[in-house]
Amino acid sequence: MFRNQYDTDVTTWSPAGRLFQVEYAMEAVKQGSAAIGLRSKTHVVLGCVNKANSELSSHQKKIFKVDDHIGVAIAGLTADGRVLSRYMRNECINYNFTYESPLPVGRLVVQLADKAQVCTQRSWKRPYGVGLLVAGLDESGAHLYYNCPSGNYFEYQAFAIGSRSQAAKTYLERRFENFTDSSRDDLVKDAITAIRETLQGETLKSSICTIAVVGVGEPFHILDQGTVQQIIDTFEIAAEQEGPAAEPDAATGQDTAVEQGAAADQGGSTDEGVAPMDI
Amino acid sequence: MTKQQANWSPYDNNGGSCVAIAGADYCVIAADTRMSTGYNILTREYSKICKLADKCVMASSGFQADVKALQKQLAARHLIYQHQHNKQMSCPAMAQLLSNTLYYKRFFPYYSFNVLGGLDNEGKGCVFTYDAVGSYEKVGYSSQGSGSTLITPFLDNQLKSPSPLLLPAQDAVTPLGEAEAIDLIKTVFASASERDIYTGDKIEIVVVNADGIRREYMELRKD
Repeated sequence: MFRNQYDTDVTTWSPAGRLFQVEYAMEAVKQGSAAIGLRSKTHVVLGCVNKANSELSSHQKKIFKVDDHIGVAIAGLTADGRVLSRYMRNECINYNFTYESPLPVGRLVVQLADKAQVCTQRSWKRPYGVGLLVAGLDESGAHLYYNCPSGNYFEYQAFAIGSRSQAAKTYLERRFENFTDSSRDDLVKDAITAIRETLQGETLKSSICTIAVVGVGEPFHILDQGTVQQIIDTFEIAAEQEGPAAEPDAATGQDTAVEQGAAADQGGSTDEGVAPMDI
Repeated sequence: MTKQQANWSPYDNNGGSCVAIAGADYCVIAADTRMSTGYNILTREYSKICKLADKCVMASSGFQADVKALQKQLAARHLIYQHQHNKQMSCPAMAQLLSNTLYYKRFFPYYSFNVLGGLDNEGKGCVFTYDAVGSYEKVGYSSQGSGSTLITPFLDNQLKSPSPLLLPAQDAVTPLGEAEAIDLIKTVFASASERDIYTGDKIEIVVVNADGIRREYMELRKD
């Protein structure tokens, strides 16, 4: 109710001690199409749902390679995500140039978080409207972090962000204790299954999801469509044998969420300007 | 009263020679592995050759500290290019980048004499030769470094194409087979190490062709 008085700029506190602009930025993340991440001791898998504005356009790239050992999946304002990916890539290159060794993920996420915090304390700026799932490898193993527009960051065993991510989170919560010792292939299967949960009824095809993997001895790369489709085919067969899970959502509820997801993924349908590296 | 002069120099010459020869579908880049300073040898096993991109290799002689800094710069810029364009840099693109990078330091140059070799976008061999401040030219073969004065005349004798003023126009690319080119390189270095004190120990030969990049070594005189 009183939100409207204290939400004009980011440098105004509300009487309850909240910064509404920051919270609105986190809303933008919830409206973006889903992205998920999960990790084992040696591998991290990122997945995202590809939503295109129309059938005529290409889908937006939401997974970016940052370095051989770091990759990021975004949800929310993809333009902000692209800019932050460019920043992350630059930081990795500069660190490598100076120290001849890869930038530890933990350092990168702190730098990212500090960068986001700046935007919450300048009256002429706005917070970044994008949530980042940062997957990376360092000397202590595989890591998955989530960076908020608020400037906070957390480490996760598995996480999901974006629209209808709760369904994926529920699935991941049931299974996460097994992830540490999962094999790489099982981890990928779990990622695809988690994505399927967010689709809620829609057929799972390799054209509407993107999967990327990074692991010990395996540089970050996005899996090609053919490979993903093969994995989908293998467990679609298994799933049919088990019987489909009950999905109580009405069809109308699903449609509204789709529209919201499409509107928030700004940046236009063409992404020719800065193409991410998906080698 | 005479002007004060510096009693130290930011540069040193670590010696060595580099050669590159372009073929119809391959490119050979070679350099000796001796690193010297003054009349002393620092090491007999230093590589002057650096892979900049999938099909692009650079050999540089001169001041190796500057060479190393230059190689790192180019590698970082190549990564940025890959992020932006989703592909590797072609050899001609890298050639221009190297030229720009060198000229950027026109007033405190990289003491680095470079030859860039690789395959262009069509898979034909190409060699680019540079001076220390970035002036470059695409050629069929080239040599730089302390032994270049001994090597270049020999390569001219074996490989030089007819004058471009003659008609019909002829290709800059040498009509030499890959094995013959490698043989020529070995001969040329063996000769240079006879008289150039800074060239010797070992040659590192890198061959770029459609199958990728491969490396060969050959022993040279150690004196």
